[in-house]
Amino acid sequence: MTAPAYTSSTAAPAPAPTLPVWAWMTIFTRLLAIQGSWNYESLLGNGIGFCVEPALRSLPGGVHGPAFKEAMARESAYFNAHPYLASVAVGALARAELSGVPAERIERFRTALCGPLGSVGDRLVWAGWLPFTSLVSLAAFGLGARPLVVVGIFLVLYNAGHLALRVWGLRVGWTRGLAVASALGNPLLRRGPAHVARAAAAAAGVALPLAAARVLESGPTLLALVLGGAVLLSLLLVRVHGRIEGYKLALVLIALFALLSVVR
Amino acid sequence: MRELLPLSMLGAIVGLDVVCFPQMMFSRPLVAATLAGAFVGDATRGLVVGVVLELIAIATLPFGASRYPEWGSAAVVGGAIAATLDPGRAGTVTIGVLGALATAWAGGWTLVKLRQWNAYLARRRRPALDAGSRGAVIGLQLAGLTSDLVRAAILTAVAYAVLFPLAVYLSARWSFSGPLSRSVVLMLATAVATSAAWVIFHSARGARWYFAGGVVVGLLLLLAR
Repeated sequence: MTAPAYTSSTAAPAPAPTLPVWAWMTIFTRLLAIQGSWNYESLLGNGIGFCVEPALRSLPGGVHGPAFKEAMARESAYFNAHPYLASVAVGALARAELSGVPAERIERFRTALCGPLGSVGDRLVWAGWLPFTSLVSLAAFGLGARPLVVVGIFLVLYNAGHLALRVWGLRVGWTRGLAVASALGNPLLRRGPAHVARAAAAAAGVALPLAAARVLESGPTLLALVLGGAVLLSLLLVRVHGRIEGYKLALVLIALFALLSVVR
Repeated sequence: MRELLPLSMLGAIVGLDVVCFPQMMFSRPLVAATLAGAFVGDATRGLVVGVVLELIAIATLPFGASRYPEWGSAAVVGGAIAATLDPGRAGTVTIGVLGALATAWAGGWTLVKLRQWNAYLARRRRPALDAGSRGAVIGLQLAGLTSDLVRAAILTAVAYAVLFPLAVYLSARWSFSGPLSRSVVLMLATAVATSAAWVIFHSARGARWYFAGGVVVGLLLLLAR
């Protein structure tokens, strides 16, 4: 027997129960701390329970009732997802619990959500939006922007995407409930990572020479030597990718350089 | 070393941002090193250290349970060291970057220990969690957040207390010129960033052409300035 597929073909959810505004505000604030007790055993599990808890208080019997305790135990078990897209799971699970969906179905749904919410979030945010916004800020630095401007561009740009994703996730999770998997087929999530990756590649091309020139504060000859050396070294790093971590290599070589500077 | 306490507090806040709360990325080196530089009186030098570290940090993406360096507290240490050293001497940025990289490496280890500590706390509360205890869930979350805050504060304080005297010693005996010192650290950082950009983006169709186009635009902007 196969597990039910949570796709757009799943029946439309029952009308959504209502939650007070304070509950939404508490849930959203808690989403920002969803990784507070992240560990190698239950991963994000406790964080999910922590975020869903304000909604579960609306279950019959309140926080002392058996429905609340059973739901809390279920929602605090192992879970894995990208921290921003975990908001989709929080919204959908809160809706399912308040709608009285059977426990086994909720547990299967939780299991089915883990993979997609992890891989989509990693590609969209960690390997896309974060490097893109970082490189745009580096380009601004290279063009001579002041410290406050560089930092401001990065924080405003990055968090516009970050907070919008969390709000969207919570909203779509709540409105679609167990049918939320269809939302993961949203063009933003399916094609977004590739578009962001191309934009980030272009930003990298612009930012690297500009930022290098401003850090170096020297003439074009030295800059050309530095960029040429960097290209050759980067080819080597690409070849040994997975065997040497860039920051560790940089740490060792800069330490040797410092040692040489002091002892010579 | 009057700056040790405020820097530790700054390190604690940005260290908490890395994973636990609120992940708004003020823990990125670009931001944290600039803040630390501003704290000790030279935001621009903090920013320069932050830019070099940011180039290196692009290569380490915080995927799931992977182990990665802790850039937040590290950037505070590096930015503060560079901004505190005598600006007239060569090698201050290089020394700041070196201090930050060493702290980032140690910080990655502390993150692993924090996660093991969180797992230990969760195991101890397992019966309460299985019984659906609201207090156990909230308590674990608060304990994890507090532990991370303390971890980052201690890391920043210890790293700065150990590395700052070493940085002063290195700076006083630094014999390479300023341009050479910056060239070496910049070449390494740019190489790490370029290889990371390739690894991250090359699977997207046409990304190499976007990169090449970007390089052309970047070089034209350089020539135009």
